Amino acid sequence: MVDVPYEGIPGIPPAEVPDVELYHPRSWWTRYVFSQDAKVIAIQYSLTATAIGLVALVLSWLMRLQLGFPGTFSFIDANQYLQFITMHGMIMVIYLLTALFLGGFGNYLIPLMVGARDMVFPYVNMLSYWIYLLAVLVLASTFFVPGGPTGAGWTLYPPQAILSGTPGQDWGILLMLASLILFIIGFTMGGLNYVVTVLQARTRGMTLMRLPLTVWGIFTATVMALLAFPALFVASVMLLFDRLLGTSFFMPALLEMGALSKHGGGSPLLFQHLFWFFGHPEVYIVALPAFGIVSDLISTHARKNIFGYRMMVWAIVAIGALSFIVWAHHMYVSGMFPQFGYFFATTTLIIAIPTAIKVYNWVLTLWRGDIHLTVPMLFALGFIVTFVNGGLTGLFLGNVVVDVPLSDTMFVVAHFHMVMGVAPIMVVLGAIYHWYPKVTGRMLNEAMGKFHFWVTFLGAYLIFFPMHYLGLLGVPRRYFELLDTTFIPSSAHSLNAFISVVALIVGFSQMVFLFNLVWSLFKGEASGGNPWRATTLEWQTPETPPAHGNWGKELPVVYRWAYDYSVPGAAEDFIPQNQPPRATQLVQGAAS
Amino acid sequence: MAVALILLLVAIGSVLFHVYSPWWWTPIATNWAYIDHTINITFWITGFVFVAVIAFMAYCVFRFRHREGRRADYNPENKRLEWWLSVGTGVGVAAMLAPGLVVWHQFVTVPADATEIEVMGQQWQWSFRLPGKDGQLGTSDVRNIASDNPMGLNRDDRHAQDDVVIESGDLHLQVGKPVKVLLRSVDVLHDFYVPEFRAKMDMVPGMVTYFWITPIRTGTFDVLCAELCGTAHYQMRAKVIVDEEREYHAWLEQQKTFAELSPAKAVVKTTYQSGSK
Repeated sequence: MVDVPYEGIPGIPPAEVPDVELYHPRSWWTRYVFSQDAKVIAIQYSLTATAIGLVALVLSWLMRLQLGFPGTFSFIDANQYLQFITMHGMIMVIYLLTALFLGGFGNYLIPLMVGARDMVFPYVNMLSYWIYLLAVLVLASTFFVPGGPTGAGWTLYPPQAILSGTPGQDWGILLMLASLILFIIGFTMGGLNYVVTVLQARTRGMTLMRLPLTVWGIFTATVMALLAFPALFVASVMLLFDRLLGTSFFMPALLEMGALSKHGGGSPLLFQHLFWFFGHPEVYIVALPAFGIVSDLISTHARKNIFGYRMMVWAIVAIGALSFIVWAHHMYVSGMFPQFGYFFATTTLIIAIPTAIKVYNWVLTLWRGDIHLTVPMLFALGFIVTFVNGGLTGLFLGNVVVDVPLSDTMFVVAHFHMVMGVAPIMVVLGAIYHWYPKVTGRMLNEAMGKFHFWVTFLGAYLIFFPMHYLGLLGVPRRYFELLDTTFIPSSAHSLNAFISVVALIVGFSQMVFLFNLVWSLFKGEASGGNPWRATTLEWQTPETPPAHGNWGKELPVVYRWAYDYSVPGAAEDFIPQNQPPRATQLVQGAAS
Repeated sequence: MAVALILLLVAIGSVLFHVYSPWWWTPIATNWAYIDHTINITFWITGFVFVAVIAFMAYCVFRFRHREGRRADYNPENKRLEWWLSVGTGVGVAAMLAPGLVVWHQFVTVPADATEIEVMGQQWQWSFRLPGKDGQLGTSDVRNIASDNPMGLNRDDRHAQDDVVIESGDLHLQVGKPVKVLLRSVDVLHDFYVPEFRAKMDMVPGMVTYFWITPIRTGTFDVLCAELCGTAHYQMRAKVIVDEEREYHAWLEQQKTFAELSPAKAVVKTTYQSGSK
């Protein structure tokens, strides 16, 4: 493509890569199944993640039935309980949240938001999904193999993960590790795509500092995932070797069911370091896309630019970088060298500063805004409440000595569910209500949406807020039954029963949402191309839903940042990124 | 309007729950009240921030909700405000971190007069060992474990002979005497957890970990395992009894030493010592 200054407006550089002809589908199979269109892949990722996520939701009901009413349900035994918690955690963190944010939202939004026709490697992108699907199927198959899925806890700590005495020690753990390895291979294919697309395929005028924060969040999270997942990959391979080949990476001399095992010389702590070197960045791999997306939801629905855009970008990058030097705060009571505590407590609490800046900027965006209390906005508000709550309890657990009494109690369970369960899910749901019109051309039903929001938000808060106090009391996590103790009063058992009932209600309210998704597909109000009157490029496509290639004949050109809402003097309260500046604003536009 | 009110109620409700709910930490039984104080400082600071942020948000939702003809301000950034908020946050963080690190320093600095005792975890029971008259624990190795040597003590180590071995019994401690609790596991990860002690630490096969405490009141306390260790994790229980000096010694008199439990003649069959420490 010849580089010509676009419409003679200065400040618009030539395209970095030539516009290429895409591989267009020729049959039903290549259009809907083996599609190379990032938007179709995004929907495939999202549906698969939702399906396996529903399995994890049902597992949480079973866990809550046991915790709320111990001894009542004879079909749940101690082994199954451990299998439920393990599979629930692993599915929710990796196979649902990671896959949904990066594979789902990343695939759909990155090309559209940066003004590209597709991901830069569409074929690899397609492979990424199919390997992910395979990983999910391998994971799901563990429910049907002899011995069932592994019950080692989602952290899969050796030695117990591969020894008898732990459920699923036979097939469950092998397939779990195989599934993780597959997931990482599939993710790497997708992740490279997201990174290269953001760096290389942005349309003309889309400088890095004009990217919507959604893209910044997903991009940074993907870079982090590409650096963090290899640690989990090698840990999985080494654990697999210990289990299958009799190596002793993580296995010291020990007894297995009373008899001396053939292992010797390995270190269980090595696995924990590898696991959390992945595991902590993983928290932010889920959180950063949520940060990015919620910034755009708040800005759009408050009709106001995001406050402190540059600070928001740098906060994302700073959090991403810092999150690689805090991993051992998960290991304060692991028995590691105690002097590490000073360093990791300090780095961990420093992360609070850029994170707090993000929170301030979200609420300051609301200040003097024009707040439309749409369903996406409600979910964004719900996110702020739950995220602030969960983030603040992180200051307890990150502060090494405070973690000592609280670690391994329900306080930890409450904290991480609030901060990386409920809060990101709030964003996922808000984002679905926000972008569903672009994906389908129809609005989701608002009444059902509001019902869904209030039950989910208030319910989740009622579940997890009181749970902190059970942990403070000393109730340990991963307990099938509390049995008799001197320190747990009967009122704590009543609280557990209450939490279980609310959990079931919140769980079932998600069925309203699923019904809404299907119902609105056929009966929803037609949305038009830009129902929220938003500025970012995905709302400016010539067709809705966007066709393969996204932009018709010509790629859009970007003249401004993503947040020109309520600009003084403008006729409308939003100016799309691809709207050229008026002649009088030319000089100003060129300078910025 | 309703939305703003509900948000505000969430913040107020959380504070009321904190103040009035019956669920709070157990009465402390060791010297680690510092940990409780640090938690209290953290509650005050985080509680203030939580209420402030949610209340501000609720106010915005109430005051700036969409009405006909309303238009938002255009306000990209405010360097001064952002700078002040960052500094304020930094001060708050330091106010929590500083006492935390000071207490951690105490936590990892074992006093010289602390008696070493040992807790050993295995699926799914606890064993305890106290030093004998020589005041020193003998060495041990998982490879030495046999039916007459459940804790895998080293028979060649003279310090081991007079060690008091308590298998499947309760642990007694003397009030007011600091102890360094050495922690050992012979199979998988465990964690010696007594809620009233506040201190806890994982037990890792192949390593010896520790924490130290000074019991400050007598009583009987539950021991739980706090690190997932397999099917019967939730049943892995014991009791710690903190005694006055006289009761403690009366109890100690009744305990058997390693030499009494496992007479020396049994040594013959354990000829190999490789790997023994």
